[in-house]
Amino acid sequence: MKEIQEYEKDLASIRTMMERSAKFISLSGLSGVLAGLYALAGAAAAYFTAHYPISPLKFRIFSIRETDTLLKLVIIASLVLGASLATGFWLSAKKAKKQGLKLWTSSSKRMLVNIAIPLVSGGLFILILLYTDHFGLAAPASLIFYGLALIQGSANTFDEIRYLGFSEIILGLVSALIPGYGLIFWSLGFGVLHIVYGTIMYNKYDK
Amino acid sequence: MKNPFENLDKALEHRIRLQIMSVLVTNDAFEFNALKEMLGVTDGNLASHIKALEREKYLTISKSFVDKKPNTKYKATERGRTAFKKHLDALEAVVKQQK
Repeated sequence: MKEIQEYEKDLASIRTMMERSAKFISLSGLSGVLAGLYALAGAAAAYFTAHYPISPLKFRIFSIRETDTLLKLVIIASLVLGASLATGFWLSAKKAKKQGLKLWTSSSKRMLVNIAIPLVSGGLFILILLYTDHFGLAAPASLIFYGLALIQGSANTFDEIRYLGFSEIILGLVSALIPGYGLIFWSLGFGVLHIVYGTIMYNKYDK
Repeated sequence: MKNPFENLDKALEHRIRLQIMSVLVTNDAFEFNALKEMLGVTDGNLASHIKALEREKYLTISKSFVDKKPNTKYKATERGRTAFKKHLDALEAVVKQQK
């Protein structure tokens, strides 16, 4: 018969193994904070491209219909997305190494596949919106589909991702109700929320 | 009160076997090398514990080839899941009794 502490260790090891094997625990909180900062910088650049000199809180009177402006906005958005993804991969790979795990595990693969489905559908939908001149709904749609993707992915990682997903969806729906303020809601959703949840996750899991 | 130690599963008393079953009940299937990394054990060590669990019919083994490399996957059986749950309950009872 084993010592009682040994049985307690057994229970603890069951918990660790279940979590480690089912969840992607190398997701870096710090990369969330950085993604939020990139998004805010991108939103500022977008503001000066399409909105300036009108206050960001005032309803936009210009249309972004001109191809030149639209192209610039698409480039800014792509840069933000690219930088966020690169940072996310880099910092999560670093965290995985520190934990003695691999970045590419069955749980991280499953998470990516789950996220990709709503994300790709949403991306295509937004391209169609832009193509058919429904610019006003592009920002709300990006928030809603991103939120859905996070909720899908949250099954295989930290619970905070699930709450972040719900927050993005709510923000997207409110944004759809108040047209013309897409950039503000976009900055809140992709900038502020990422920084808030990234900080929570950094304090809870990165240290 | 009945002695909770009686409900402990002999085959699962070893921690590595317990860890193997923990991974297999949470996941559909798990591959040999991934399991090895997860547990941080050697090939031979893992293989011998897997054999022991297979003898108890707690897991099934499926072999295939992925990119011409052999790929061995393990799945928990219904019998294995039940045994794992029973052992977990017994562990909790043992620890609780001591407090």
